[in-house]
Amino acid sequence: MSTTSPEAPTPAPAPEEKAPERGVDVGQIVFAGVLGVAGAYVVVDATSLNIGFADPVGPRLFPYVIGGVLIALSAIWIVATLRGDRAEPEDGEDVDLDQKSDFATVGKLAAVLVANVLLVGVLGWAVTGGLLFAGAAWSLGSRTLVRDLLVGVVLAVLSWYFFYVALGVPLSPGILDGIL
Amino acid sequence: METLSLLGGGMLDALTPMNLAWACIGVLLGTFVGVLPGVGPAMAVALLLPVTYGLDVTSALIMFAGIYYGGMYGGSTTSILLNTPGESASVMTALEGNKMAKAGRAAQALATAAIGSFVAGTIGTLGVIFFAPPLAEFAVQIGAPSYFAIMLLSMVLVSAVLGASKLRGFLGLFIGLAIGLVGLDGSTAQPRAMLGLNQLAEGIDVVVVAVGLFAVGEALWTAAHLRRKPLQIIPVGRPWMGKDDWRRSWKPWLRGTALGFPFGAVPAGGAETPTFLSYVAERKLAKGGKGREKFGEGAIEGVAGPEAANNASAAGTLVPLLALGLPVTATSAVMLAAIQGYGITPGPTLMTDQPDLIWALLASLLIGNALLLILNLPLAPVWAKLLRIPRPQLYAGILFFASLGAYAFRQQPFDVALLVVFGALGFAIRRFGIPVLPLILGVILGPLMEAKLREALDLSSGDLSGLFNEPIALIVYAIIVIVVVAPLVWSRVAPTATPTTPHEVLEKDRQEVGS
Repeated sequence: MSTTSPEAPTPAPAPEEKAPERGVDVGQIVFAGVLGVAGAYVVVDATSLNIGFADPVGPRLFPYVIGGVLIALSAIWIVATLRGDRAEPEDGEDVDLDQKSDFATVGKLAAVLVANVLLVGVLGWAVTGGLLFAGAAWSLGSRTLVRDLLVGVVLAVLSWYFFYVALGVPLSPGILDGIL
Repeated sequence: METLSLLGGGMLDALTPMNLAWACIGVLLGTFVGVLPGVGPAMAVALLLPVTYGLDVTSALIMFAGIYYGGMYGGSTTSILLNTPGESASVMTALEGNKMAKAGRAAQALATAAIGSFVAGTIGTLGVIFFAPPLAEFAVQIGAPSYFAIMLLSMVLVSAVLGASKLRGFLGLFIGLAIGLVGLDGSTAQPRAMLGLNQLAEGIDVVVVAVGLFAVGEALWTAAHLRRKPLQIIPVGRPWMGKDDWRRSWKPWLRGTALGFPFGAVPAGGAETPTFLSYVAERKLAKGGKGREKFGEGAIEGVAGPEAANNASAAGTLVPLLALGLPVTATSAVMLAAIQGYGITPGPTLMTDQPDLIWALLASLLIGNALLLILNLPLAPVWAKLLRIPRPQLYAGILFFASLGAYAFRQQPFDVALLVVFGALGFAIRRFGIPVLPLILGVILGPLMEAKLREALDLSSGDLSGLFNEPIALIVYAIIVIVVVAPLVWSRVAPTATPTTPHEVLEKDRQEVGS
C-alpha cells in the first residue's frame, strides 16, 4: 500500500457562530478507541493464517496493512480529539442539529429493531414486520397506535404476498403457516 | 456505427412491453422514494434493491435504470420545495430553487429542473454510450498492476481530495476495507476476521452494508435530531415554463451538462464540484436583464445549470462504473453492489461478456429518462404531497423496508442483525463526521484490490517490480503523487487563505453577498 499517511488533521473546524459545549469530545475518543481495537483484532486474527503454497503475497498482507493503518489512524484521531478536534455532524432534511441528541428515541428504535431480529424467525415476517412498523412509529412520537398497527400489518402482509407472488420468493410464514 | 447498431439492438430488448413496464415501474418507484424527505438517491436505490430480486437480470437492470434516474430526480424536487437539501449534490439547486418557490415560481423551478435533467441525462447517457465501450476495450488490455493502481487512485481521490477532512476520509476508507476483509480468504479459503461466526463465511453482503449505512443509519441519526417544527412546504401546481424561462434555461442546461459529465466520468467525480462550478458560472454570466430576478432572489439559471450538471454527472459516473467496475459516488457504489448481486462480475470485461445486457441497460437509461419527463411533469403535485407525510410513519416505513430487504435476501435473521449493526455504524459515522463514500468504496474495492495485488505479484513471483511493470500503472502512480503532494506544496507557496473547497468558496461568497 502506498497510501500516504494522512497529514496532521486540520485543526478543529471551529464552529464560530454557535459554539456548543467546549472541551474534549469524549464520545469521539471512545469511537476512535473502538476502531483501534477493531484494527488490532484484524491484525491478531491474521497471525493465525497459513501462507499458501506458491503464494508470495498470502492472506496476511492485507489484514496486516489494514489493521495496522486503522490502529495508527485511531491513535492520530485520539490525539487530534484531545487537542480539540470536533466532528461536523451530518445535516439533513429532517435533521435539526440545534437540538440535543435524543437518545431515548434512538434507544427505543434500537430495541424495536432488535426485537424484530429475535422474533422474525419464530413469528414470521408478516407478523414482525407489522410490529416493527408500529413500534418504530411509536418510538418516533406517533400516538396513533391502532392505526399504525393496522398500516403495519397491511404493509407486512402485502409485502409477504408481493415477494411470494410477484417475485417468487417465499418468505417464512412463521406462526401464520397455513393461513397466508 | 457499430455502436448505433448495438444500441438499436438494446432498444429492441428494452422496448418489449414487459421491459417497458419494468422501466415505468422503476421510474415511478424511484421518484416516489427519492421525493420522500430524508431519502437521497443512494438510499432510494439501496432500499429498492430487493424489489428486483426475483426478476431476470435484464429486466432487473432495466428497472434499476429507472430507479436510478427517478431517485436522482426525486431528490431535486425535495430540495426545491423544502429548503433543506439532503444530498450535497442538491445544495446548489436548492439555493435558487427554494427562493423561486417562495416567490411563487415553484412550477417554473420544477419544470426547469425536470427538463434540464432530461436534456442533461440524455446527452450524458449518449456520452456513456460513446465513451464507455472504447474505454472498456482499452481497459481489457491493461493488466493487474494497472488495475491495482487505478483502484488505489480512486481510493486516494475519494478519501483525501473530496470531503473536508483527510483524516476522516481515510478513517472511512479503512473501516470499509476492514469490513471487506471479513469472510473466507479468496485464494486459500481460510476464515479471516470472522469473529468465529460461520454465517460470515461468504463475506458481508455489500447490499446489507449499504442499506444499513444509508437507510437504518440515517433513520437512527434523524431520530436523534428529529425536527419538531414541521418545515414549510410550498404548494405547487403542474410545472410549466414561459417563453422567457425557456430562453434563460437552455444555455445553462447545456453548460451544466458540459461541466457535469466529465466530472462524473473521472474517478474523482461526484456531483458536488460540477454543480458548484455551474452555479458560480451561471451567476457570473447572468448580468441580470430588465425585469429578471437576480441571483439570490430566485434566478432560474441557478436551478437550470446545477440541476443539469447534477444529472450529467450522474450519467458520467456510469462510464467508470460500466467500463472499469469503479464506482465514484455513493449511488453508483450501490448500483455496483446491485450488479454484483445479479451474479455479474463488474469490470473491464463486462461489456464484452454481457453485451446484450449492457446495451439493453444503456437503451433503457435513455427510455427511462424520457419516461421520467413524461410521467413527472403531470405528477409533480402528487409528489409534492408526499413531503407532508408524517415523519414517524416515514422513518418507520424506511426501517420496515430496510429490514425486509435484508431479510428477504437469504431469509436469515442473522442478516437483519447485521443490518442493525451497520445501522449503528451508520449512526456513528454521521455523529463523528466520517464520510460514507470512502467507507462503502473500501468495502467494494478492498477485496477486488487484494485479488489484483496477488495476481500481479504471483506473476512476478513476489518481486515488487510486478507492480510497476506496466506504463499505465506508472502514470497512475504519478497522478496519485501529484494529487497528494500538490495541495501540500500549494498551501506552502500560497499560504493566504485561498478558498479551495466548494464549502469554503461558498462561505466566502455568502459573506460577500451579505456585506
